[in-house]
Amino acid sequence: MYQFFFDLTGNVIISTLAVALVPLICILLVTLFGVWLERKVSAWMQDRVGPNRIGPYGIFQTVADFIKMLQKEDAVSSEIDGVLYNIAPVLVFAGSFAAFAVIPFAATIIGSEIEVGLFYMLAVSSFVVAGILMGGWSSNNKYSLLGSMRSAAQIVSYEIPTALVVLSMVMLTGTLSLTQISELQTSSFWHWNIFGGPGWELSKFLLIPFMVVGFIIIFISTLAEVNRTPFDIPEAESELVAGYFTEYCGMKYGMFMLAEYGNMFAVSLLVSVLFFGGYQSPVGYLGKTFGIEWLVSLEQFGWFFAKGWFFIFVQMWLRWTLPRLRVDQLMTLCWKYLIPYAVINLVIIGIISLL
Amino acid sequence: MQKDGIEFMREYLKNTWDGIYTVLVGMRITFKHLFTPAVTIQYPEVKVKLPDRVRNRLYVNIDDCIGCDQCSRACPVSCIEIDTVKSIPGEDLGTTSNGKKKALWVTKFDIDIAKCCYCQLCVFPCPTECIYMTDVYEFSEYERANLLYKFSALNQDEAAQKKVNYEKFQAEKEAQKAAAAAAAAAKPKPETPAQPSDN
Ligand code: SF4
Ligand code: SF4
Repeated sequence: MYQFFFDLTGNVIISTLAVALVPLICILLVTLFGVWLERKVSAWMQDRVGPNRIGPYGIFQTVADFIKMLQKEDAVSSEIDGVLYNIAPVLVFAGSFAAFAVIPFAATIIGSEIEVGLFYMLAVSSFVVAGILMGGWSSNNKYSLLGSMRSAAQIVSYEIPTALVVLSMVMLTGTLSLTQISELQTSSFWHWNIFGGPGWELSKFLLIPFMVVGFIIIFISTLAEVNRTPFDIPEAESELVAGYFTEYCGMKYGMFMLAEYGNMFAVSLLVSVLFFGGYQSPVGYLGKTFGIEWLVSLEQFGWFFAKGWFFIFVQMWLRWTLPRLRVDQLMTLCWKYLIPYAVINLVIIGIISLL
Repeated sequence: MQKDGIEFMREYLKNTWDGIYTVLVGMRITFKHLFTPAVTIQYPEVKVKLPDRVRNRLYVNIDDCIGCDQCSRACPVSCIEIDTVKSIPGEDLGTTSNGKKKALWVTKFDIDIAKCCYCQLCVFPCPTECIYMTDVYEFSEYERANLLYKFSALNQDEAAQKKVNYEKFQAEKEAQKAAAAAAAAAKPKPETPAQPSDN
């Protein structure tokens, strides 16, 4: 995509900015739509109506909220640690924004085609922990501090099962590049990794149950990494006000919100790349049938978004279904259940992929 | 207590299964609710029917009020203020709907609804049943003064006029009385001694 913009404008800076703008706009739209969807889904699941005043079905409610947030006074308490306090939201947002650099939205729409995309993504998303800790510490508020401590413990623990499942996928596909992983699961849903990847050998069928287990593990652990219910103890409203961003308001609070929804979207996309074919269509492309090149990209973009939104919806669905886990339950789930299963799964997938 | 390996494994797997299974059960329930129509009543547009005996804003049908002040005295928070002026002969105030003859001008009938506690105690004593609860419950105001409801049918000038009339009448009556008394005093009193003899 960078090359495309470079050819178009012939200027390094402009093309870089243009490439960076795509995920930024994505995150903004995802947040606006995501918050609205969250409210609607929660309302529907609780037999309520949800926002319905601003625009059809209240679709512009979040836009109004966003404008309100931009106009808010930046009230800070006097006892904060100024520098860290101001850096924290930027860092958290930068972490979730940076993850989008390597996500292939379509075969041709990708910020940076680095070979180690998967590794980069795992690394950069743990960047968020630093920001959260900073925010919690510098706010000089016990709720913030507790929230950030819990969050750090949680994210660090749940990175292990995530990494183990990612590792097993890397063993299977033999690449760390997200584009290549997507390319391998070519255009039929039967070739997706959840169904054992491409090919028709025996190993494919043997893999299916372990792929499902792997999917469940990574879905749970990424859910915990983005601090969503039932793993939302870092921002447990009923205990900690709002957790690590209690003391923030205005646009700084908005940055945390953007980061949260950005992260949700990023992990949903990651899961769909690893197991559900990334941007690949499950049924084939109109563009290929008619031989229109750009239509294929557009379709891939659409499919990818649809998959991402599906997983976001599942995350919301879970949020309004399950109560919050206690800290010890959280750690039990991670260390005593997810990690052993992930290790066993890793070994079995390794053996099968040797066959 | 040390559990043996097999038992531990069985419990471990059962926990895993229970975890997944119960989450799925929960998800099925919430998914069903996703398509249940909302139970929300969209208040300003849709209003639920109120029960028959709700207590909301008071209303006074001033045409029926005889100014007996009973409601005001019943009110536990003294939020009803009534002033009356007697009518003078020759003024016809009409009758109330249940046939009582009105004798007083109600020059002031103020209910400070901001103070009212909706106890309905003022409603029962009214002999003409002209003060009662309505089903209006949306009457918030930006100014507290607007919550002072004035029910009197007379405006200030009229009220003052009635007062002047009455005072004039009263003064005239006083004057007449005084004149009568003076006249009586001037006259000799023949009957006065006769009275005790009647006994
Ligand atoms: S309802 Fe109760 S408080 Fe209100 S005016 Fe009547 S007696 Fe007074
Ligand atoms: S009790 Fe009825 S008639 Fe008497 S003053 Fe009150 S409203 Fe008027």
